[in-house]
Amino acid sequence: MSATTGMGPTVPSGLRRSVVVVDDHAMFRTGVKAELAAHPSRVEVLGEAADVDQAVAEVTRLRPEVVLLDVHLPGGGGAEVMRRVGARQPQTRFLALSVSDAAEDVIGTIRAGARGYVTKTITGPELVDAIDRVAGGDAVFSPRLAGFVLDAFAGSIEVAQVDEDLDRLTEREREVMRLIARGYAYKEVAGELFISIKTVETHVSSVLRKLQLSSRHELTRWANDRRLL
Amino acid sequence: MSTDAPAPHTGHPVAPRPRPPRAFRSTDDRLLGGVAAGLALHLGVDKTYVRAAFLISTALGGLGVVVYGALWLVLPTDTHLELRSPGLEAATRQGKRPGRGRRLEDVGLLVALAAVGIGVVVLAQTVFGGSVVFWPVLLGVVGLAVLWRQADEAQRERWVDSTGRIDFVRAVAGAGGTAAWVRLAAGVGLLLSALVLFALQTGQSGQVGVARDVVVAGVLGVAGLALMVGPWLFRLTGDLSEERAARVRSQERADMAAHLHDSVLQTLALIQKHAGDAKTVATLARAQERDLRSWLYGEEPAPDTSVASALKAAAAEVEDSHGVPVEVVTVGDAPVSERLRPLVLAAREAMVNAAKHSGADQVDVFAEAGPHATEVFVRDRGHGFDESAVPEDRLGVRNSIVDRMRRHGGTAVIRTAPGDGTEVRLTMTTQRTSSQEETG
Repeated sequence: MSATTGMGPTVPSGLRRSVVVVDDHAMFRTGVKAELAAHPSRVEVLGEAADVDQAVAEVTRLRPEVVLLDVHLPGGGGAEVMRRVGARQPQTRFLALSVSDAAEDVIGTIRAGARGYVTKTITGPELVDAIDRVAGGDAVFSPRLAGFVLDAFAGSIEVAQVDEDLDRLTEREREVMRLIARGYAYKEVAGELFISIKTVETHVSSVLRKLQLSSRHELTRWANDRRLL
Repeated sequence: MSTDAPAPHTGHPVAPRPRPPRAFRSTDDRLLGGVAAGLALHLGVDKTYVRAAFLISTALGGLGVVVYGALWLVLPTDTHLELRSPGLEAATRQGKRPGRGRRLEDVGLLVALAAVGIGVVVLAQTVFGGSVVFWPVLLGVVGLAVLWRQADEAQRERWVDSTGRIDFVRAVAGAGGTAAWVRLAAGVGLLLSALVLFALQTGQSGQVGVARDVVVAGVLGVAGLALMVGPWLFRLTGDLSEERAARVRSQERADMAAHLHDSVLQTLALIQKHAGDAKTVATLARAQERDLRSWLYGEEPAPDTSVASALKAAAAEVEDSHGVPVEVVTVGDAPVSERLRPLVLAAREAMVNAAKHSGADQVDVFAEAGPHATEVFVRDRGHGFDESAVPEDRLGVRNSIVDRMRRHGGTAVIRTAPGDGTEVRLTMTTQRTSSQEETG
């Protein structure tokens, strides 16, 4: 699926983003590098890795801005790479790429620290946009990811149980998620809700943060059911 | 997601997630034998409480150990061949996903439990005094526990063996890896040292003689052996049916895999033939991708039982016949009832319209099933149309979508403008009191 219809075109920031590609399929790495090579002014591939150990070594050595990270990776999966690199290199951001749309993989990867999740069928320009967005500190939400988020935060929750705002989405955030799930690009979401793109990005980042930090009972149980925590 | 709420329109439509109807020992989440974790799952309480209960009742007279042991003996392990998608299973087996590995918090729990355990030992010693029997008994119990665990590993190994034949050596020693043998040796060693210790201590303190020691040692030895082989024998019967089911399942999967590989070959052949026709190639690749994806990662209920699956099936048909990708995102799910069937059909019609007439290169479908209503949005970024200019006799939109929804008590709103794409929004409220709802 072209996961990023929800992203839409970004104004090129003019910055050249450095990237490390981590995937255990050599053919896929080659393909991604070739696609990114078509945008030499916006993305530079510093290196690549095929498993967790290699990825940790390369990412620590090359210090890229963005790591394109396969979710299924020998040695414990992409989550393991983020766990081992994460705290030491806060300036490196992770964008998960996967062929699997299994909900537990998607949510698990985000909770492990990824700033976004796209499937491997994403087109070259969309991928470059996504990289740019992630490098700029924003989150990349595909319609599918938005759907999973709505699912994860679904159901009513008693106010007494909510000790933090982390545990639920605001009405506005839910609206934004629903529009993204409906296939709206950030720009279209902004137009629909009469807010600025920047505000949409803020909402999306806030949802990402909640997804990562929430200890919400429902979310935990949902994840537990899928043996994730 | 599975919410256990009674509302029929949230969570999975058919079965939430097959909960074991009876208690099992957990093989994934165990500290010792998985009894506590399995029991906790069965009772629906936190496993820490169950573990604590076992520990406390152990400290207060040792009942916990007895119950734990008895349950360990009686409870079968959970069905290890889970009903998960093969892609995820394979990725887990190959260590490509985070999962089985123990986490820090597990270790923390272990430390806590160990501390409590040591407390229990100290307590027992102060209560019963430095009894001569205590340490031999403890050592013996530990030795037996190791042997028991060994028997479990063997049991698991046997599952892996697809031929279904049971090898006694394998059953005791697992696959025969060094670790398995070391554990086996350690268990036997502990058992023996318990016997020796017991013999020595009784020899020193009492003058009853060697004869009794020998008898006791013999009895303990036999008991140890029985316990060693016991679980294996005991669970043999229970395992057979599960094994048979597993075999059937793996055969089904093998057939399925063969079918898929075959269809991939066909697709590749077709792609070579149509190499010049980008659109056909894309359609072929997409159909094949969908096939493989649903097999590898899908856990889809049958299309006639779930709105989400029905929409996905409809999208797949539209994709195949019109060559336009249709992305379906669903939140929540509902059973396809008499009430919701028109919604699915109208959504399908909207997808067909979008794929056929809009000129867009992709159609987005979003469905949300909530407790009060189910909504479907079908959206394209195509050239749109002027609604007032659509002739009255254009059956597609008027009849199939708007009228159909209205007839069945729902609504259809079409939002479009020339050059601005089209979005069809279908809403069907849920009438909880309606009895016909259950007929789906």
